[in-house]
Amino acid sequence: MTAAADVTPLRPMDQFELDYAAQRRRAKLGWFIASVLFFAFFAFSAWLGDFFKVTQVTNVDGSREWRWIIPAGLPRLGEFIEKTLPVLRWDSLGADIAEWFWRWKVWLNLLIETVLIAFMATALGVFGGFVMSFPASRNLAPNKWVLWICRRYLEIARTVPELVWALIFVFCFSVGPMAGVLAIGLHTAGALGKLYSEVNENIDMRPLEGVKAAGGTWFDQIRYGAVPQVMPNIISYTLLRFEINVRASSIIGYVGAGGLGQEFREALSLQEYTDLSALFLIIFVTVMVIDYGSEKLRHRVIGLEKGPAT
Amino acid sequence: MSAQAALTLTGVSKLFDETRAVDDVTLKIEPGQFVGVIGRSGAGKSTMLRLINRLIDPTQGSISFGGTEITSLRGRDLRNWRRDCAMIFQQFNLVDRLDVLTNVLIGRLAEHGFLSSMAMQFTDTERTMALQALDRLDLVPQALQRAGTLSGGQQQRVAIAKALVQQPKIMLADEPIASLDPANATLVMDGLRQINKEDGLTVLVNLHTLDTARAYCDRIIAMRNGRVFFDGVAAQLTDDVVRDIYGLEGLREFNEAVTSTQSVALPA
Repeated sequence: MTAAADVTPLRPMDQFELDYAAQRRRAKLGWFIASVLFFAFFAFSAWLGDFFKVTQVTNVDGSREWRWIIPAGLPRLGEFIEKTLPVLRWDSLGADIAEWFWRWKVWLNLLIETVLIAFMATALGVFGGFVMSFPASRNLAPNKWVLWICRRYLEIARTVPELVWALIFVFCFSVGPMAGVLAIGLHTAGALGKLYSEVNENIDMRPLEGVKAAGGTWFDQIRYGAVPQVMPNIISYTLLRFEINVRASSIIGYVGAGGLGQEFREALSLQEYTDLSALFLIIFVTVMVIDYGSEKLRHRVIGLEKGPAT
Repeated sequence: MSAQAALTLTGVSKLFDETRAVDDVTLKIEPGQFVGVIGRSGAGKSTMLRLINRLIDPTQGSISFGGTEITSLRGRDLRNWRRDCAMIFQQFNLVDRLDVLTNVLIGRLAEHGFLSSMAMQFTDTERTMALQALDRLDLVPQALQRAGTLSGGQQQRVAIAKALVQQPKIMLADEPIASLDPANATLVMDGLRQINKEDGLTVLVNLHTLDTARAYCDRIIAMRNGRVFFDGVAAQLTDDVVRDIYGLEGLREFNEAVTSTQSVALPA
């Protein structure tokens, strides 16, 4: 009789218990290592980012002491907000508000400019992104060279932030909304082109084959096979992008590219802090209104898709 | 519009990596024939039709139609060939979100320039042509509906109407009834037969049901492992041959009705 014959094979249940315990141990170890790495990396980033800095603060009695930067800085946040708040008294509310929004005529003009910059930039960006998104989709590109070129173009267009494009275009075309339109439009083309091409990559290819088999060109396949499929998503992404572009165009004036941004800059440099809160309120309300409107519109587009087709 | 030319395949092979999907096929399809291609899944039926329509290119061999070499066509000539050689698919391959009329008009795209095609501009003549094709398949009431809202059988008939407005010289159908119920399958097959008889159009159709092939086809070609295994009329297709085609050697009894799409008896 050999030794191996003495070993009774484990019953399936016992074997499962062993395997399960081993699997649990491996999973726990994996979690432990991942957590340690995560916290180590997080702490290192915080240290690099001066989160552990100790700074000198002046007390009310004039003495100075060392404090951790976060409790030292937090009171100043309140201080800043307090500075931006206007003085509003109940008995002279109208006059106080008029005082708060004293530049409302300028701001209203700039607000209109801001929304128009966003509108035109979105229109240009949609056009550029839409046209480029088809050759930039893996499943639709006529060949790999076209795919490569279109993808790189879209990458460059969206990797460079709007503010940097704005600086470049202000340099080329001087200060004004045109630079802003071009800057946001280019960035939008890159960002939307990427989103659109991802939509394109998920379509059903059979309709395109149907067009191809009937003698259609590549353009025919895109126009008849792909575009009808992706249209609802494209409209939805476009409206979302318009909201994002209103936010972008309200800050782009900081580098001279038109819109409300230049007022932010001026208010900060002239230390007109109450102007800041007024401008913030204007942008907040505008973005909210556009958000709300475009959300309604998007839901309508989606709802139309799902509703009974006529 | 009757097709006068014969389709000839000479030593056609298609390799996917190491697999010979179609292996040295030589065939001559005479004008006006209704030809059925049968064989088990993966026998190369689909690949052969795609090779003929040039959706894929053969690895070797020659395909010619009335003396024109098909395998060397490029650009405009290739698109014209695809127009002449209409193709119908198992999954219909319509654009669900476009209406039926536009789907049929896609069959006219080979005649259009870039701008009119992008603008979806079709002439009145073309619209009339599309409506006549739809009328032959009893689909005029659905002309303005979205293709996606139609039943499978209706969609396949839209696909046939689209093929008709291509004014093809030969019609290929890749498992046209595989996704349809028996009643719709019969409608679609009758539609193909009607076109074959009335217009004298050559029809080459892949089928996975033997009785359909027997009922409709003048000539049956069976494929096995990419090769033509049988080529003859329905009567020559004995049980022994069928067993060989489908590799059913293990089965003692082979019941053709099991594969049938027409198990529901329809008034003829």
